[in-house]
Amino acid sequence: MNMRQQFVKTVESQLALNDKLVLLLGDIGVFGFRNAFKQFPDRVFNIGILEQATVSLAAGLAKTGLIPIVHTIAPFLIERSLEQIKIDFGYQHLGGNFVSVGASYDYAALGCTHHCPADAGLLQNIPGMEIALPGTCAEFDTLFQESYGNGQATYYRLSERENSSSQPVKFGQAAILKKGALATVIAVGPVLDHVLPAIGGLDVSVIYYTTIAPFDGQTLRENLAPSGKVLLIEPFYSGTLAWEVCQAARPKLITIDSVGVPREFLNHYGQAHEHDEAIGLTSKNIRGRLEVLING
Amino acid sequence: MSDALIKKMKRQIARASQAANEGHVPSAYSVLDLLWVLYDRVMKIDPKRPDDLMMDRFVLSKGHASLALYAVLAEKGFFPIEEFNTFGKYNGKLGGHPDCSKIPGVEASTGSLGHGFPIAVGIALGSKIRKFKNRIFCLIGDGECNEGTVWESALLAVHHQLSNLCCIVDFNHSTDRALQLGDLAQKFKSFGWDVLTIPGHDQEKIYRALTALHPDKPLVVIADTIKGCGVKCMENEPAWHHRAPNEQELKNILEELS
Repeated sequence: MNMRQQFVKTVESQLALNDKLVLLLGDIGVFGFRNAFKQFPDRVFNIGILEQATVSLAAGLAKTGLIPIVHTIAPFLIERSLEQIKIDFGYQHLGGNFVSVGASYDYAALGCTHHCPADAGLLQNIPGMEIALPGTCAEFDTLFQESYGNGQATYYRLSERENSSSQPVKFGQAAILKKGALATVIAVGPVLDHVLPAIGGLDVSVIYYTTIAPFDGQTLRENLAPSGKVLLIEPFYSGTLAWEVCQAARPKLITIDSVGVPREFLNHYGQAHEHDEAIGLTSKNIRGRLEVLING
Repeated sequence: MSDALIKKMKRQIARASQAANEGHVPSAYSVLDLLWVLYDRVMKIDPKRPDDLMMDRFVLSKGHASLALYAVLAEKGFFPIEEFNTFGKYNGKLGGHPDCSKIPGVEASTGSLGHGFPIAVGIALGSKIRKFKNRIFCLIGDGECNEGTVWESALLAVHHQLSNLCCIVDFNHSTDRALQLGDLAQKFKSFGWDVLTIPGHDQEKIYRALTALHPDKPLVVIADTIKGCGVKCMENEPAWHHRAPNEQELKNILEELS
């Protein structure tokens, strides 16, 4: 099972349990949700390819006491509809759920029109917006069930690639995977499988984030390695969480480096792992950067 | 009586705008007859229960006409008229665009054009899902019809057979200079809407249009309005679009509206 299939399974189960839940598809996932269309015809809609109106419409649904889920490809859900998410949900304090596919360059072969490494950074600017990046199917299931009905606007970033094993995640909380003295490595969602092989034999802490907004600064502050050196490994634009990390560490001053997606158009095609190699989102590069950080 | 009341509300609007040095007064005058008929004679509302989801609901999509909505809500008892003294003030509840978290009876925080209409479509769809028997009204401007989301919403409302939805277009031609809309009635008809075109300051015709039956489809009422209606210096004068009157101008306006 992949994350998209888990999304279908989780939402189908919640549609049966919660008659306030409404699913709006942007003409994707229609086959996957074929059973939901049959079972819940008045609450599952293939709304069409009109993302901005869909997000506003979802806000209208929320104003009738319903809990909307909007699902489509990341750049169209987030970048095209950013103002609708900001005003219609953020400013109006409405609860709703936005679930994307096509994280960063998951759709590498489709080119830059379908890339979206800016999503997390953009949504961070909307006060009250919640952002979750599950690393596995099981983590998505946990995070979604814990938060979808909490009255907040929440973004769930599905990934085509996932970590080989799930961690004990809780919405809004970071998980401490390892404690050490020389550096703190922060891994976000699906990059954990790049991180764990990179730290072998090194006395470092590893803190795993699947919710980045609200950012669990307390766990970081209480478990920061004494060296004050931090390596941030992100599946979106590199350095997106740098401010949150610095704020969490205060008053301690830290040295921070980051590995993630560079702010440039990745105008090659191919497959996502080839882009990982090209931008250095690999265990080998992370190991090298970590050694420089520790020894520098 | 109604004419006197409309003039009274227009005076309140002019005073509030002058005091705050803020407000889109001509837009407010353009929609005031429409809103008054809607709230006074058409919608089932209860000022004591502004959050009741099963009552009729109204979204002012062209949020810059907020002064007209405030005047009507105050007149219908949603909040004390004294709130007008706080219009545009730092700690005031009434702003240049309405904030639904501050003002009882305001359904949506609008101001960015093209948002309120799809929100109203969502409220209509949600009300249908929840089997509420209410009606949802939304007022958009003709300039707002430049926005793509207006036409996305027009498609969605028909596709989902939202016969509980009525959209009113304040067609005062203020943006003809930028982008001509052509035959707006025909455009909505071609999208599958029931369409009525009325003179937008004739309260009896407004009432008949807003109570017309439309059992299978959403209804759009295209109201031919005059921007700045009732004050000669403002009528169809673009310079007044977002301009508060000074003291002398206020005096003249109040005299004309007396």
